[in-house]
Amino acid sequence: MNVIILGCGRIGSTLAMSMARDGHTVAIIDRNNDAFRRLGPDFAGKTVLGNGIDDAVLRRAGIEKADAFVAVTNGDNTNIMSVQIAKERFSVPKLITRIYDPIRACAYRELGIETICTTVIGARLMKDYLMGKEWGMVSEYCAVSDTEAVI
Amino acid sequence: MYIIVAGGGKVGHYLTRALLDAGHEVLLLEKDKARADYLMQDLGESVTRGDACEVRTMREVGMERADVVVATTGDDEDNLVVCQMAKLKFKVPRTIARVNNPQNVDIFQTLGIDATVSSTKIIFNLIEQQIETGEVIPLAPLQRGNIEIVEVDLGPDSPVVGKRVGQVTLPEDALVISIVREGHAILPNIDIKFEEGDSVIALVTAEKEPQLRAAFAETR
Repeated sequence: MNVIILGCGRIGSTLAMSMARDGHTVAIIDRNNDAFRRLGPDFAGKTVLGNGIDDAVLRRAGIEKADAFVAVTNGDNTNIMSVQIAKERFSVPKLITRIYDPIRACAYRELGIETICTTVIGARLMKDYLMGKEWGMVSEYCAVSDTEAVI
Repeated sequence: MYIIVAGGGKVGHYLTRALLDAGHEVLLLEKDKARADYLMQDLGESVTRGDACEVRTMREVGMERADVVVATTGDDEDNLVVCQMAKLKFKVPRTIARVNNPQNVDIFQTLGIDATVSSTKIIFNLIEQQIETGEVIPLAPLQRGNIEIVEVDLGPDSPVVGKRVGQVTLPEDALVISIVREGHAILPNIDIKFEEGDSVIALVTAEKEPQLRAAFAETR
């Protein structure tokens, strides 16, 4: 699979290294050159320095041939916008993003974008632990109510 | 009207002042405290400190009764999210976004933002009006339905010179609205013949603009 990852933070770099090790073609974009240091010397993928909501940068990363696009910068709005660009302008088939704000995560999931809300998942896992409950399936923790996120 | 403006930079500030002077009810949202305090000195209660992308803030400022939401921050991604959330969560009838990178205008339009303002694009179009005859010059992109007003100056090699308006095959969704000849604007009818030096003003959708260009302009 040909995958483009936007954001070489902890989650981006971890995912990039894992996918590359499994033999997939990986391109990872970040605005900051230092971020690529997280990838280690054996990283077999491609690094692209630039702004992920800029057409030229996305094309340099190979978005026209991409099978998947992952947005994991630390800015929810950048993630939201870049995923929609990948979808509407480049018709990338598989998209997923991490969104910190539970309400935005829910709103965009309703629009058909796969979102991972680490805020809600993390808080719920911790609450279960505190309450002595066994951890369940991840999908159970993902659902967010339409009003304020109910933990 | 009740208008919410997101982003208290210069654009948001002066827009809010102008709207207030025109008698509208306006709320300006600015997330930086120091900037919000500064704006309050000029705009008073029309300023609220808060992040316009947070639904909680949107509820606090009564977005459900807003007639228009305008996103004027310097970041396209923030402007996009404010307008999308305003439409999705609060059914605001009209959303207007400042788009800093003109490349992003089409994405905003695809995603349902009602109007986009790209000052780069506007200034670019103004500069383009200085160019040679025979080119299609966009005068003003009208925001509804992606229609543009374009001006084509007919050079000596234009394929339509000598032809009647009725004889020229125009692309679908294109309409000639005026021919400007020696300073006079003529309303076109099918019998008027195009002459060298005419400025033809037409309405056309953005996608059909190249076909219009092919119909009128010089081939290179």
